[in-house]
Amino acid sequence: MYKLLLCVRYLRTRYIALASIISVTLGVATMIVVNSVMCGFQHEMHKRLHGILSDIVVEAHSMEGIQDPESLVEEIRDEIGDDLVGMTATVHIPAMLSFKVRGQWMTKQVNLIGIDEKSYANVSEFGKYLLHPENRKQLSFDLHERGYDPRLREAGWAYRRMKVAQERYYEEQMRKLEAASAGESTHETVATATTDEDSGDDLPFNFEIGQDPFLEADEENDARTFDAMTQQHVGIVLGIATSNIRHRASDGEIVDLFLCKPGDDVKVTFPTAGTPPQAVSANFTVCDFYESKMSEYDSTFAFIPIGQLQYLRGMIDPQTGAGAVSSIQIKLKEGADLNAARDSLRERFPAEVFPYRVQTWKDMQGPLLAAVQMETTILNILLFLIIAVAGFGILATFFMIVVEKTRDIGILKSLGATSRGVMSIFLGYGLSLGCVGSGVGMVLGLLFVVNINRVADVLETITGREVFDPTIYYFQEIPTIIQAHTVAWIVAGAMLIAVMASVLPALRAARMHPVEALRYE
Amino acid sequence: MSKLTTVRSNASERDASPHAEPLRGPHFRIDAKQDSPKSAPTKWLMEARDVRKSYRKGAVLVPVLKGVNATAGDGEFMAIVGKSGSGKSTLLHLLATLDAPDGGEIHFEDRRIDNLPTTQRDGLRNREMGVVFQFYHLLPELTTLENTILPAMIGCSVTQFWGKRRALRRKALDLLEQVGLSHRLKHRPSELSGGEMQRVAIARALLNEPKILLADEPTGNLDRQTGVQIMDLLRSLNRDRKLTIVMVTHDSAIAKEADRVVQLVEGRVSHA
Repeated sequence: MYKLLLCVRYLRTRYIALASIISVTLGVATMIVVNSVMCGFQHEMHKRLHGILSDIVVEAHSMEGIQDPESLVEEIRDEIGDDLVGMTATVHIPAMLSFKVRGQWMTKQVNLIGIDEKSYANVSEFGKYLLHPENRKQLSFDLHERGYDPRLREAGWAYRRMKVAQERYYEEQMRKLEAASAGESTHETVATATTDEDSGDDLPFNFEIGQDPFLEADEENDARTFDAMTQQHVGIVLGIATSNIRHRASDGEIVDLFLCKPGDDVKVTFPTAGTPPQAVSANFTVCDFYESKMSEYDSTFAFIPIGQLQYLRGMIDPQTGAGAVSSIQIKLKEGADLNAARDSLRERFPAEVFPYRVQTWKDMQGPLLAAVQMETTILNILLFLIIAVAGFGILATFFMIVVEKTRDIGILKSLGATSRGVMSIFLGYGLSLGCVGSGVGMVLGLLFVVNINRVADVLETITGREVFDPTIYYFQEIPTIIQAHTVAWIVAGAMLIAVMASVLPALRAARMHPVEALRYE
Repeated sequence: MSKLTTVRSNASERDASPHAEPLRGPHFRIDAKQDSPKSAPTKWLMEARDVRKSYRKGAVLVPVLKGVNATAGDGEFMAIVGKSGSGKSTLLHLLATLDAPDGGEIHFEDRRIDNLPTTQRDGLRNREMGVVFQFYHLLPELTTLENTILPAMIGCSVTQFWGKRRALRRKALDLLEQVGLSHRLKHRPSELSGGEMQRVAIARALLNEPKILLADEPTGNLDRQTGVQIMDLLRSLNRDRKLTIVMVTHDSAIAKEADRVVQLVEGRVSHA
């Protein structure tokens, strides 16, 4: 009983000891904040990574793709059975995306993905990241009249008509100028080069058009009858960062500048199937943007209908009419064991025999996920060392308190207190200091996490520097997740350190000789 | 211990409330001692037999006690006097089992106590002995009342204490009233005068109803008048409760209050 009473009294009267556990408090608070933020980032990353990738991907090694996807799909269905939710075939190839900006061609490297618009949204959260609300419900590669994201301002058919009308007007004006200065041949060449906006046949890409006579004929035919006012090419969904420039205005606002928008036409160049691959180009009309907020995806992905891509690449078997695909995306039920499903598929299609590779989305993003995990671990170790350092502060303070309390220890012993009792006073004192320190730290840390974005704003106004730059991560706010078990571990660890730091002083107190302790002045 | 148990059971038979009766007044213990059949054959309560003790000062071994024989009779008020350095405080510490002698034996109630295991000595000190020091030795963090109850807190576990807390509180209040400090219950030692602190220390020493009170220079740090008050208090405790008191002092005027004076000279009892 006296142990409790004295613990409480010491806690209330020895402020120096409370000062010594401030470091524990801060350490606990920091650890909670760091873990919550890292956990938030990790969760957000998982969400985004998984958002675009389906659960399991069966991927062909070659660019030719899987020749007979129908039967493969059937076999996969047999293999996975009940856990299966959806499956879709895709074609992935590297490609070059070109679009005209202020009369000049800009080229970007993209991953061109042929998707089945009906089923692709079922296997991943692809649909969620599209900008047009109609497309979010069900993707269509047709250009919408309007209703795109307000950031894009004008986009869609209205924008396309306006733009085409403008271009035609300029063309008309140019022609007039040309007629006026017919004598000067140099002007003429320049004018022809710049007037052509939408017809693909005399663009600088001409030489890239493949050898396939059907392709060429088709394109020529297309160009002759194509009316950009009322018609569109096959639709393409671009990753938002492929064609936008994000920068910060002088007032600190983040400004997105779109170099091409839904309604514009782009040219995509990619290799055909077959050896050696040949480059083919085709025109597409941007019909929507894709914004997953993962900069890697947003800046490299472009989606077109899989049938069109198979046709253009010559992946359709002329005899059967079946198109080859480069991968099959599989979506499993919520909570299904991905690794088990992957392993059973691997067993069914051993890599030694079949030219496929079976991977879960985590396998595909393994290094990135592992890197974040490792960062979290290292940060935790470092921060825990800080608390351990704080433990030595407690140790020193406790020794001081024991020395200061020498006479009281003598008194207690002379009144019949056992060594163990005296020891437990100081251990209990250490524990209660740890409780107070880590409790306060926990409250501080949680408050900080809950208000982290407000704190960031305040720091921003004070220092004038942006704490969390949305242009880097594409997150508008700092994501946080508080995990109860992490908090519990941190608090328990800090308390353990406080108790361990008080063991030595407590032992010293317990070993004190009562007579010598009483003589101590 | 058996004696106390008998008394308590008698008391509980007499009274519905077991704790109310034994705590009513100072005369209770007198009755108890007279009723107790066991107190009659014990002529002495505590005895030191050829006790030796030396301290090491650097490389030199300094003998303090060189074979002391002393006996405190049951209900006796004994004073040990001697010059500074004669070993009287050391003897008291040995009697209180705060320290172990190098040679010789200490007996308490027919049994040897100097060689008991530490925990048993701690328990003995807590239940059977009350100790009072020159410098009062109260805990500065606790109030007068808490300081007084402290031995009971040390002696019981939390649950035991919780069960008995009302009775213990009343007992402590009673004792503080006897030493005249009922008005100082909530004060910390730093707010008390020397005499008051010593009276709190005596109340504390009596809380567990010890058989013997060991006092080390109880008046040594007090002015004459306060010292006399403390001596009166000890005297009345000895008289009214038949409490055995062993007091160490260097002041022969104070020692005269005692029934018997033992003089220590250079680590030996002087029979001069």
